[in-house]
Amino acid sequence: MVGAFACLLLVSLVPLPFIVALLAVMVITAVLGALIERVAYRPLRQAPRVSAIITALGCGLVIQNTTLSLSPYARPMPRLFESRTFEFAGVTLNSLQLFIIGVSGVLMLGLDFVIRKTDWGIALRATASDRATVPLMGVPVNRVISLTFAVGGALAGAAGVLYSQAYPVVGAAMGALIGWKAFVAAVIGGIGSIRGAVLGGYILGVVEVTTVVVLPSTWRDLIAYSLLLVILIFKPNGLLGSAAQQKV
Amino acid sequence: MKFSLLLASTLAVLALVGCSKKSAEPAVRIGLNVELTGELPSVGASSKNAVELHVAQINAAGGLMLGGKRVPIELVIGDNGAKADQAAATTQRLISQENVLVMIGPNASSCAIPASEIAESLKTPMISPWSTNPKTTVDAQTGKHKAYVLRGCFTDLFQAGVLAKFTLKDLEAKRAAVLFDVASEAPNGQANLYKETFTKLGGVITAFETYTTGDRDFSAQLTKIRASNPDVIFLPVYYTDVPLITQQARQLGITARFVGSDAWSSPEIVKLGGAALEGAYFCNHYSTQIATPAAKKFMDDYQAKYGQAPDDIAALSYDSIGFMMKAIEAAGVTDRQAVRAALASIPSYEGVTGVMRFAEGSGDPVKSAVILQIKDGQFIWVANAAP
Repeated sequence: MVGAFACLLLVSLVPLPFIVALLAVMVITAVLGALIERVAYRPLRQAPRVSAIITALGCGLVIQNTTLSLSPYARPMPRLFESRTFEFAGVTLNSLQLFIIGVSGVLMLGLDFVIRKTDWGIALRATASDRATVPLMGVPVNRVISLTFAVGGALAGAAGVLYSQAYPVVGAAMGALIGWKAFVAAVIGGIGSIRGAVLGGYILGVVEVTTVVVLPSTWRDLIAYSLLLVILIFKPNGLLGSAAQQKV
Repeated sequence: MKFSLLLASTLAVLALVGCSKKSAEPAVRIGLNVELTGELPSVGASSKNAVELHVAQINAAGGLMLGGKRVPIELVIGDNGAKADQAAATTQRLISQENVLVMIGPNASSCAIPASEIAESLKTPMISPWSTNPKTTVDAQTGKHKAYVLRGCFTDLFQAGVLAKFTLKDLEAKRAAVLFDVASEAPNGQANLYKETFTKLGGVITAFETYTTGDRDFSAQLTKIRASNPDVIFLPVYYTDVPLITQQARQLGITARFVGSDAWSSPEIVKLGGAALEGAYFCNHYSTQIATPAAKKFMDDYQAKYGQAPDDIAALSYDSIGFMMKAIEAAGVTDRQAVRAALASIPSYEGVTGVMRFAEGSGDPVKSAVILQIKDGQFIWVANAAP
């Protein structure tokens, strides 16, 4: 939601090309992500894990309702990208959808690479697995965590921009449902595993759409979420999660 | 600090004692329960604007005439966030804590139905300007009309019939597909009643697809609809969802015409929807193009005060409070029972949206509807439909 609104504000002030707008929004939401970490998470670092989850929900509600009280109206999002529709072997696709799949693919591969290969990624994973020992090794834990939230914010901002191009009505509550679905996808894939979250997201999407195509659309959420429950019964840590791994 | 709290609570108790002794009330308190935030902000804004306009006009004239005295009106506004639970809580607060005499709103059926249950149980007259779902005024379990709940508009029973006939006769379309929000009361009711009437009149429903509130991607449902090859697509959904559905339908290459219900009736729809909505038809409560002198005056006043033309929610809200005020004046006292009795005794009320007539013991007015078409971003009057 913040990403979409930031993009809307930017392009209504200055006509930016799409890629510039996307990067600018990512910087803005990265700063916001780091700021939220500083204000809302750092004081709770030693508190029980549930407190952090509640804070996360609380931050989301504060941002959403601030927007709502400033401007409850949904707004149209200008198209930054001329979209063309293709018909290919009975499948209708448009260039915007392909572009979104492409950009998210690049971002996912990039994130996966950074987490696995760079110093910061290694520090991040070390902090996640043992927060008490890692500072003793000389890793600046606070900086690592701030950076993690900044990267999370930047990716969320990119998602907001891409989403508002695909569904060009921008409103305060637009992110609520996606937030839940992202959480569900992460749990299905295994909390802590990025590849798992990607897999979970694709499974959730495919199940939802397939249900609508094959069965009455009223059954969509019932079938989709029942299936996810079944997955969790057999794989309680998610598809690619391991039992010992814990989240920052 | 503590002293002032004590003082305040003492004063509050004194005020309550004063009330129970039936000392002269300084103003008539009217509750307004509307959708200021949430999914339908323009519904709440229009409703609030129109009610405030009406109250300002009455207060400018000195107030309501009660027992030979002029008494000013005090409006107590509550936001229901377009959510059912919040609407119920707001109703409870307005009636029990704010002690309003009558309540205007909510507008969305999802909010008006739970609110009506509370108003009915607390024996407080309530009028919903825009809720068309039958369950607002009729108790779903007993099938009886609620004694304290009225509405300012026609019901979905009537609207579905109007739209089904319009699709078959005027558009000469025999095949209709329906896509609606299954989690919202008004869309759900309209879709099912339309399906029933349309099939009864000889039409074919080619697809009957649903989604839930908050969805933004309809491509799976629309792909199914496209395969069923309809002449028209009936979209009884709120103006906030319509733009995304119609844009995605056109992107998928669907050329069928769109038909909508009164849930479309906000100018916001054109701002958000753009070209995909061009040529679509929908059912509405009134049209600014066939205005009576009374309606003209309202339109001018509204335009002067808010700098925009009133939509039908504004017009219905204006009529709803107008009708309520007439009943309070007829009752002559600020007593909920007396107002309730007076509401039943007014045979008809001529408002901005036409004449409202209530059948004996019913909270549903008999009113006509209009069909509008979206052309160049404007709502153009096409036809009238009498009850």
